[in-house]
Amino acid sequence: MSGDSPLLTVEHLNARYGRARILTDIDLAVDPGQVLAVIGRNGAGKSTIFKSIMGLVADRWGRVTFAGIDIAARGPAPIARLGLGYVPEDRRIFKDLTVMENLAVGRRPARPGLPCWTPERLFTLFPNLAEMRHRPGGRMSGGEQQMLTIARTLMGNPRLVMLDEPSEGLAPRIVEMMALAILELKREGLAVMLSEQNLHFAALVSDRAVVIEKGQVRFHGAMAALVDDAAVRQTYLMV
Amino acid sequence: MTVVLRVEHLVKSFGGVRAVDDVGFTVGAGERVALIGPNGAGKTTVFNMLNGQLRPDHGSIQIDGVEVRGRRPRAIWRRGVGRTFQITATLPSMTVAENVQMVLLSFHRRLFDIWRPAAPRYRDQALALLDRVGMADQADRASATLAYGDLKRLELAVALASRPRLLLMDEPTAGMAPRERAELMNLTAALVAESGVAVLFTEHDMDIVFGHASRIIVMNQGTIIASGQPADIRADAEVQAVYLGSGAMFAPRPGGAA
Amino acid sequence: MGFYVAQFLGGLAQASSLFIVASGLSIIFGVTRIVNFAHGTFYMVGAFVAYSIADRVAGAWGFWGGIATAALVAGGIGVALERLLLRRLYQSPALFQLLATFGVVLVGQDAVLAIWGPEDRLGPRAPGLAGRVHLLGQAIPHYDLFLIVLGPVVLGLLWLLFHRTRWGVLVRAATEDREMTAALGVDESRLFTTVLFLGALLAGLAGAIQLPREAVTLHMDVAVVVEAFVVVVVGGMGSVTGAFLAALLIGQLQAFGILLVPRITVVLAFLVMAIVLAIRPYGLLGRVPALPRGTADAVEPPLRPASPGLIAVALALTLVLAALPVFAGDYVLALASETLIMVLFAASLQFIMGPGGMMSFGHAAYFGLGAYGAGLVVKHFGATMVTGLVAAPLLAGLAALVFGWFCVRLSGVYLAMLTLAFAQIAWSVMFEWTAVTGGDNGILGVWPASWAATAAPFYELCLGLSIAALLLLRRIVFAPFGYAVRAGRDSPLRCEAIGIDVQRFQWLAFVIAGVLAGLAGGLFAYAKGSVFPTYLDVPVSVDGLVMVLLGGVQSLVGPIVGAVVFHGLETQLVRLTDYWRLVVGVIIILLVLAFPQGIAGALGGRLRSGRSGTGEAGR
Repeated sequence: MSGDSPLLTVEHLNARYGRARILTDIDLAVDPGQVLAVIGRNGAGKSTIFKSIMGLVADRWGRVTFAGIDIAARGPAPIARLGLGYVPEDRRIFKDLTVMENLAVGRRPARPGLPCWTPERLFTLFPNLAEMRHRPGGRMSGGEQQMLTIARTLMGNPRLVMLDEPSEGLAPRIVEMMALAILELKREGLAVMLSEQNLHFAALVSDRAVVIEKGQVRFHGAMAALVDDAAVRQTYLMV
Repeated sequence: MTVVLRVEHLVKSFGGVRAVDDVGFTVGAGERVALIGPNGAGKTTVFNMLNGQLRPDHGSIQIDGVEVRGRRPRAIWRRGVGRTFQITATLPSMTVAENVQMVLLSFHRRLFDIWRPAAPRYRDQALALLDRVGMADQADRASATLAYGDLKRLELAVALASRPRLLLMDEPTAGMAPRERAELMNLTAALVAESGVAVLFTEHDMDIVFGHASRIIVMNQGTIIASGQPADIRADAEVQAVYLGSGAMFAPRPGGAA
Repeated sequence: MGFYVAQFLGGLAQASSLFIVASGLSIIFGVTRIVNFAHGTFYMVGAFVAYSIADRVAGAWGFWGGIATAALVAGGIGVALERLLLRRLYQSPALFQLLATFGVVLVGQDAVLAIWGPEDRLGPRAPGLAGRVHLLGQAIPHYDLFLIVLGPVVLGLLWLLFHRTRWGVLVRAATEDREMTAALGVDESRLFTTVLFLGALLAGLAGAIQLPREAVTLHMDVAVVVEAFVVVVVGGMGSVTGAFLAALLIGQLQAFGILLVPRITVVLAFLVMAIVLAIRPYGLLGRVPALPRGTADAVEPPLRPASPGLIAVALALTLVLAALPVFAGDYVLALASETLIMVLFAASLQFIMGPGGMMSFGHAAYFGLGAYGAGLVVKHFGATMVTGLVAAPLLAGLAALVFGWFCVRLSGVYLAMLTLAFAQIAWSVMFEWTAVTGGDNGILGVWPASWAATAAPFYELCLGLSIAALLLLRRIVFAPFGYAVRAGRDSPLRCEAIGIDVQRFQWLAFVIAGVLAGLAGGLFAYAKGSVFPTYLDVPVSVDGLVMVLLGGVQSLVGPIVGAVVFHGLETQLVRLTDYWRLVVGVIIILLVLAFPQGIAGALGGRLRSGRSGTGEAGR
């Protein structure tokens, strides 16, 4: 794959739940090794973008290309096997499974040219998890579960990880750890797409930003432009 | 200031692990107290004991001097404890006004009526309350179709409809945009000032905590490690170490801190 | 002493077979979240296949080879069922899934009837295990000892499979959250197919190994699936170890219960279930089930008073119906009376299912007990029809009061299973208590009073009572009580936080529904002139469900439409063909496949979309 073509391209993505239109003509792209922040308030459609890309929304249409392959009509499992990792907003840890078993569910073969994740390597990224290998997911705190859900997705050796609200409901100190982990992933060459309410967090880790409002893209540009430009912030983020 | 909620020596264990270990504090009328701490510190356990979803192992919970420890949630509600949920819990098949009317029907013990139509009962009272939270114009919409921020305001109206003495808010601003968060907390502050209700809330948004709490209680590993004014909490070395971190994840000290 | 030991060992052997069939049900439910009514069909097919092979091939090869083949055949049927039917229903409401698998039961019954004929079959003894050991003066069959060992062996193998293989870990993950499992790259459709294979294989195996112990019959499917449900519910749905413990408990109960109450051991099992569930609502080792994802039913729009148009139509229809005797003959009037009774029955069920959100799979209990209420006072006290029609709702309401107390403690599929269990208890009491109820012979001569003895006045009576009941239900739904019932369905969490005792409202709603179903049953007894245990049986409950679903669960008018359409259809079918079960089964399956969200749901969606365009959650 050439270095400058985007890894993930989304064109005219639309989605609907029942009769309610959630997304209208979403366009966005993520380059290899880049971090894209999807920003917008609750109900704007951020989670639906992630789920639609992942094939988890039944009623969707538009073009989605990942690593040069059209994935618009595929189901979640084949999409995941192409190297698209998804970490949902509500974590969705397997509560009856131990940490090691949770990781085992995510395990997929290594991909050439990408970091190959093993439980041991993940424990260096998230040291807290190393001390609780055989603890069931249901007996972990919110912060530990957030780490496990990211680690579980990394076990699939993805090219791109989509993190839906990785800082939601976490203590500020844990949010800092998350930010460091994301920067570490970026250093490893992974592309990351994340949705965020916390602008401090988004600004720290992201290269580019997309602002979503009422299911449409309102801003698409460099993260720095969003942070520095008070007018843009005022208009799109109500800060 | 009259003490509304008094908690003493509260203890709760799960499978031998003490999730809450000898916790005690008070909340007075008109106060807005934030309960913060790392994930797994025991905040939710304390909350669930206060609202009756969990039974404490030991200790005492008093509302206006009346012991309510271990009572069922609906009994505690009747003693004057209203609550909002982190994930909004409204009655989706009913209109906005009907959501509030249900509280009033329940409060006045009128729910066993199987004959007279429910729709007009307590409607005026419900509309007045909805007007207070800025929802009167949406009174006849199905609550399932509300925008997220409006759902939060409806929850506030529902929680206040029974004129509680204590209002428990579990992460009231979770999932909201920054300005919406501030608006909701300003509305809460105005209603608190009017009614003198005591408020206890949990929150992970430090901009909200430091901007809108009159007092802060910090928990870690089941115990209270600090309690006091926002400025003192912010400067507390232990709180920084276990919870706040470097401070990169929230706004630097706001101008003229509360 | 020796006698009790023999009873104990017999109970253990019984428990093994029960556990094996129940474990399959539990595994299938765990992953697919579908309560597979057709599990008994796998079991029955397993028994018949094993019988046929052992019958043709003599000796050990025929017997043991037959068992192995039977298990594989059942597994294959499970695979086919998953590929052809269940796969399309994973997103449907639980009730539709249940109904579809019940359609499979009906089809399976007629298919087995066509292949093997109606006679009961007796299998051979197990070659090599035909002897007995003598223990404390009692003869214990070798085969029982074999079964006693087999149960724990299967448990052990399943445990290893689920904890020590990657497949097992993936299955456990999918049990918790199949969407997330797929999002991690796991091919869930293959996983589901293999799970169905394993579950059906276990059922087929359990059926086959019973060959030396019991007769192979056409009725074993429903009997076994109900028993397996009891085991799974007592053990905790999805828990294999729980199923083992429950099977041990119930096996022993049956072994010793038969000494105390020889005829109604099945009632004992249900009694144990009721007690266990009252103490541990999700079974011995079960846990509070997570809310299923992506299967949320559409949110019902707020109630609006009937439009003037609807009121006018209703009035006109009432007048036409009241005038029906003027231009209709006796046959039409009799059919119309029955249809009105079915409307009343369906409306009572809709009340707890729609506003109440309680899924009942055993509403026939109240209909049938209503019929018995009338029948018994006629039989034993020579009561008048008015007394009979008072006794009917009374007995049904009393039963609803007792059964409902347990039922409202549960929700979803658990609730549905418990209602089914209670219906089976009521059925077996009526069936077995011959001295009072006449048993299988039923109660005859339940005729209307002389003033209602001809078709026309009896029809007017049915019409008057049905309309009164429908108006009452409507009034209740619009009153604070009805709002409270709906609130309990909408959000139990919110209700508890605003002082509403959800269970109490659900309980009373359950009783109201029971009373009205009982009234329908009472009228039905007089319409037919007789009462039989079949009035309380599963097919009647299913009829009620189909009528409600046909009309739309959330529609107050729905049960009327559903009852008229379905009852008319079924009446004609039974007259036309011997294989009506097959036809009804296929119709149910096709309906569920064509309208996975319900016919009225589909139509209503199209009608409503013209009006408010605002979003509605769910799919």
